[in-house]
This record gives sequence, C-alpha cells and structure tokens, in this order.
Amino acid sequence: MAAVNTSVPDGRTRPPRPSARSRRARPSPVSALRWAVLIVIGGYLLLPLLAMAEFSTRGTATGRSLDAWREIGSNADLLGAITMSLELSALTVVATLILLVPTMTWVHLRVPRMRRLVEFACLLPLTIPAIVLVVGIGPIYLWVNYLLGDSPLTLTFVYVILVLPYAHRAIDGGLGSADIVTLAEAARSLGASWPRVLVNIVLPNIRGAVISASIISVALVLGEFTVASLLNFDTLQVVINLLGKRDAAVSVAVSAAALLFAFVLLYALAQVASRRPGTVAADATEEGPTP
Amino acid sequence: MSTEAPPEAVTPPLGPASPGARRRRLPWLLPHLGLLPFFGYLAVFLLWPTYLVLIGAFQDDRGRPTLRNVRTVTTSDYLHGFVRSIEVSATTALAGSVLGALLAWAVAESRPDGLLRRVTVASCGVLAQFGGVMLAFAFLATFGFNGVVTLFLHDHLGVNVLSGGTWLYGLTGLVVVYTYFQIPLMLIVFLPAVDNLRPEWREASMSLGGSTWAYWRYVAGPALAPSFFGAALLLFANAFSSYATAAALVSQGSPIVPLQIGNFLTSEVALGRGGAGKALALGMIVVVAVVMSLYALVQRKAATWLR
Repeated sequence: MAAVNTSVPDGRTRPPRPSARSRRARPSPVSALRWAVLIVIGGYLLLPLLAMAEFSTRGTATGRSLDAWREIGSNADLLGAITMSLELSALTVVATLILLVPTMTWVHLRVPRMRRLVEFACLLPLTIPAIVLVVGIGPIYLWVNYLLGDSPLTLTFVYVILVLPYAHRAIDGGLGSADIVTLAEAARSLGASWPRVLVNIVLPNIRGAVISASIISVALVLGEFTVASLLNFDTLQVVINLLGKRDAAVSVAVSAAALLFAFVLLYALAQVASRRPGTVAADATEEGPTP
Repeated sequence: MSTEAPPEAVTPPLGPASPGARRRRLPWLLPHLGLLPFFGYLAVFLLWPTYLVLIGAFQDDRGRPTLRNVRTVTTSDYLHGFVRSIEVSATTALAGSVLGALLAWAVAESRPDGLLRRVTVASCGVLAQFGGVMLAFAFLATFGFNGVVTLFLHDHLGVNVLSGGTWLYGLTGLVVVYTYFQIPLMLIVFLPAVDNLRPEWREASMSLGGSTWAYWRYVAGPALAPSFFGAALLLFANAFSSYATAAALVSQGSPIVPLQIGNFLTSEVALGRGGAGKALALGMIVVVAVVMSLYALVQRKAATWLR
C-alpha cells in the first residue's frame, strides 16, 4: 500500500481538462487497439471478481445456492468481526481528524515553515512497511494493553499511523484551495478564539477534504490484515482468512461483499469530489447506477 | 489521547499578519508548541517502534550489541528470501507498470467525466489498496483446486492444465496475484501523467508531418518516461511491503521476507531469536528506503513536465 498518488481526490481544483482531445476523429487502428487493451486487461481484472460470484453461489448438485451469502448474516464470529471493524474504522477516522486537522491548520496559519517537515512525517509510513512496524510495536502495545485493556479497538493507534499519508494528502488539498488565512484573520480580528476559528471557520471550508480523508480511512481500516493478524486481534480480514480454511465459499462471499462495499465507498468519494464547491457540478445525465 | 487542539496558552493575541511589538517579546519557539501533540503521537507510535527495530537488529537477547543477527540474515536461507522478494517485486512491478500504463492510456482517451472512467478509477482504487486477503480468495475461487477456471478447463478440455491449481499456492501464484493488484495501482498513479499530455503537442507533431508513431516515440514517450519509472518504483515498493495476500495464499514455507518476519512474530520456534526478525525488518526498511529515494529523485524530474 505504498502509493503516494492515490485515488483520493485532493481538494485542489484541477485546471479544466482540454476537451477537444477525445472528440476528434482518429485513425481506426488506434481506436481498435484501445478497445483491445480495455477488453483484455479489463477482462483480466474482472475474471477473478466474476469467479467469486460463481464460486460463492455454488449449489450442492447443479443449481445455484445463496447459502454462503446467507451464512454471513448468521455466523456470529463474522458478524462480531464486521461490527468490530466498523467501530475501528469510525474510531480511526475520529482520531485521525482530531490529530491532523488542528495540527495542519495550525501549520497553515501560524508556522508555515514547518509544512515540509509535517508533510515528510506524514509520508513516512509509506517507507516503513506495516510488517516492520508490527515488529517494533510489541513493547508499546504491552503498555497500551496494560493501560487501556486488551480490546481490538486499541488497534486505532496504529491505524491512525497507517492512514496518515492518505488523510494528509486529502486535507492538505482542502487547506490549499480555500483562503483559510484571510478568513481566520478576519475571525480573529473580530474576537474569535482559536478553537472557534477551527470549528466555525476552517472545518466548514474544508468539508469536502475531510469527507475524502474519512472515506479513504474507512476503506483502509476495513481492508487491513497485517497488523491485526500479527497482534492477534479478530478483525474482519483476520476472520475472513480463518474462515477460509474451513468454509471457502463463505470466505469468498464475504470478500466479494467487502470489495463491493469498498467500491461503493470509493465511487461515492469520486462523486463527493466532483461536487466540491468551486467546481462545476457533474451533469446529472452522466450519473449511471453503480454496477 | 494527547490529541487536543493547540492549547490557548501558546496563542498570542495578534494574528499572523500583524507581528506587533508585544509578539517580539514572546520566544520565537512558542507557536511551534502547537505541533507537540502531533509529533508526540508520531514519536510514540511510529518513530519509537522503528527505533526499536533498528536497535534490536544489532542486539542479542540480553540487549548486548552484536552483529550476529545481521550475519544470520545475510548468509542463510533468509538471504534467499530477500532475493526471492526482490525478484517477485521486480517482476510484478514490470508487468504491472506496462499493463497498467496501457490501461491508463486507454482510459485517458475516454470522456473525462464518463462512466467508464469513473467506474475504472473507483474499482482500481479498491483493487489496488484494499484487496489483501480478499484478492487471495478471489484467486482461490478462480484458479484454486475448485476454482472456476480450473474446473472449466478440466471439464471441457479434459486436461489437467496447470496441475490442478497447485501453482497458485507458491511463488508463481504470488507473482500472478501481485500483478493483479499492481495493474490498478499503476493506473491510479500514472493516469494523472497521461492526462497532462497536452493536445497541442500532438497537434504540433502532426502539423510538422509526424506520424502517430513519431509522436509517441519523440514527444509523448520522453515526456512520460520519468513518471513511468517513478510509478514502477512505487509498484516495486508496494509489492515488496505486502504481507496480507501472501499470508492468505502461500500454504507452505515462507518464501518471501514479509512471511519470514511474520513467522518470527507468531511461531514458538522463533522465540528468543527476535533479533534476527528485527534484522530482517531492518533489511526491508533499507530496500524500501533506497527505492523510495530513487522515486523522489525521478519524481522531481517528472515534475518538470507535470506542470
């Protein structure tokens, strides 16, 4: 997961793309090549996903059966893990925002020369693989578990670190696109306190960026396996993996459901990004149903 | 958690644009205290663990300095683990970057706000970053012992191609599944660069009598090259750091470094040999740091075109 440039739309309003480009008539060999690429590579990407649908609906003899999908709703371990992962992602989002938004706003307004350092610090987790982090984090988690108990929710502390690069990118874009400095100065000169500036002035202006950061964090936490499994916490991915040893069909069904859920999240993220104030709202006719 | 908003005490009454006489009396450092919670958190949950890995790699079980861990890691089977890890990462980075770049080109030619583009970008985001265990199961459903493709080939062609799916659980399987998530990652990283190719460049090339081939060979190709190599490096680091997919897929042994490290953390046998695990982790940091530094260099070059 070492992507610096992710699909997270940063808040910067992109310059309008040249639109004359794809409209022009082109020689057909290029167009044919383009479709061949789309079909072959797209097909390769789709094949395992379709196979999941087939595999998880296999009946006993010849017919189809939704038993594996029904099992998701009745398996207590699985439901517990899903709840746990959802709670974890909510907690991670809150903690990340509490840590990052005030800090980055402060840097933006008061200590701009620290900006590069904060950015560097936020990108650091990309250079330190999660598996390496787990190796060193044992002693720290002894303390965390001693102080806060042995709940899987304590994973939040590491997850905040893991989502840092992505959340930073989103929020940085948001802060860059709104004229926070002027607004904050105006509010301060009218007597607003710093917390008030943060809540009433900054937050509403970077709402889109905050939503982007939240969605990417949720998706990342729901998909995380490395840290949870090696610290022995039963999150969704850990349970999917364990279940796979016993009942592959159910594991495949949950995996498909989780991927679908992540897709809906990211598609919604793209929609949110295109509705950002300041950008032209997407044409309503272009909104197809999510497949 | 110590993640409160910057304390009121460090905020002088005047805004940043009006450094009055009163401000000058305050120590210069004071506003920087607002960053303490952030860096404090990072120190505890990122820098301290990393420090423990770095130090632990050079200590024996009683905390005395030693080079034995590093020697273990650089001489035995663990060294092969590094070689295999690098081979897997390089192969999948190469395949993923070429195929992903082709896909990015095909998608960039479509309508900017079209459904094809939006669906492709969103699904690539899912497959590239949230796959892990789930992708391993997707491939078990496809090429595993009872996978769709395995059964299809067996039933309809009557052949036991690919030895019934055993290849999936070893190194070959890793390469195939890793490539599967490298392609979407390449699309996400590389698409902005392709988007930035100016139509005027193509027009200029055409009006000077250049063919499509000449345009790609002399204009678009060189302009995209730094971004392409940067993205390929990123893909390498991505594959090299991955643990989840391999852990869910590989059934026997620990062919690659992340699995070897995982082994150290979970198995009883490895108890009391934590130093070697940390030395392995140190090796991973070194490799990824080298790759990411190269990435930063290439990225600087790419930025000249991405303006």
